[in-house]
Amino acid sequence: MKTCLVVDDSRVIRKVARRVLEDIGFEIAEAADGVEALAWCRAAMPDAVLLDWNMPVMNGIEFLRHLRQEPGGEAPIVVFCTVENDIEHIRLALDTGANEYIMKPFDGDIIAAKFAEAGLL
Amino acid sequence: MTPDDMDLLAALARNRAGLRIESDKAYLVESRLNPLARREGFESIEAMVAALRAKRDDRLIWAVVEALTLNETAFFRDREVFAHLRDELLPALSRRHDRPIRIWSAACSTGQEVYSLAMTASEARDIEPGAQFEFFGSDLSERCLEKAQSGLYTQFEVQRGLPIRSLVKHFENQDEMWAISPRIRQAVRWRRINLMADLSPMGKFDAILLRNVLPGLDPAVRPRVVESLAARLEDDGVLLLGAGESLGELTGAVRPLADRLGLFSRDPSFRAAA
Repeated sequence: MKTCLVVDDSRVIRKVARRVLEDIGFEIAEAADGVEALAWCRAAMPDAVLLDWNMPVMNGIEFLRHLRQEPGGEAPIVVFCTVENDIEHIRLALDTGANEYIMKPFDGDIIAAKFAEAGLL
Repeated sequence: MTPDDMDLLAALARNRAGLRIESDKAYLVESRLNPLARREGFESIEAMVAALRAKRDDRLIWAVVEALTLNETAFFRDREVFAHLRDELLPALSRRHDRPIRIWSAACSTGQEVYSLAMTASEARDIEPGAQFEFFGSDLSERCLEKAQSGLYTQFEVQRGLPIRSLVKHFENQDEMWAISPRIRQAVRWRRINLMADLSPMGKFDAILLRNVLPGLDPAVRPRVVESLAARLEDDGVLLLGAGESLGELTGAVRPLADRLGLFSRDPSFRAAA
């Protein structure tokens, strides 16, 4: 079973994302900010990361920069999931190594479609 | 709505546009007609249908029929079909001709399909240098065409099927919407077409897309629609139905090439019964 780390400071969003992703066959781990997420990745690199942008302690883009430097950190498929919906943010995310990008609000169909697009399904 | 109301609406949709409206799907009809009834200033759908009965106002009849069309669509619907277009069909067509390659999305709804074609052609690697594509989008619904032509899509719409790199490459933010680039928008020409009408003024095409349209048509008109589109194909042209749509024994005008992709070739020896 593929694993997905859901990184978002909102417990509600993590819960919604968990339900959607479990339905399409992922095992879920959760982190509330970039630092927690990095700790998870160092312990067990996930197959996929669903990543919020604005979070306390360490935001999504900083996390992504760190992740891509980690041993094995180039492997996970990273899908941003954020309210940042302008083209500059999207370009920056792609340039930093994100694979796909979801603009909130999202629904189950969008997550499934984007994960398929990123080659995860 | 009474069963009589449903019958009237179903008859109008069938006679004018060949649409299939199932009598047990009143909720679907209501959900499609509610916004129209409001726009037209009626208190309810019932009031609008009563007005239709009282006076056969052609403009209102067409507005109703257009509102009853299915306009479910998405960018790059059926990814493997667009992968085939990118890697096989469009490159093959581009090698074939010394004239522009003409492709028609024959029930294009709000434009996502034909814009996906134009984006695919602009990204395909094996296109013969200098090959020119002409894309046509047609639909029965004026409202759908207006939206298609505007090239403006909501955040929700651009997240249905469109890879993020294609969004970045071909779209720009415009207020709360996403605007497709002028280069892609200008590659497409638009026209309101009723597929039940005489299609010969459209000329000939190298490929025609009629994806996920036949199931919404009355079974009795399906052979005629396929045959009149097949007659618009060049001898070596292809017809694309929805992925997995098959024609069975419906008509000899086209032959399956790849069922899974909904790909059919024209049979040039076929002559429609007069």
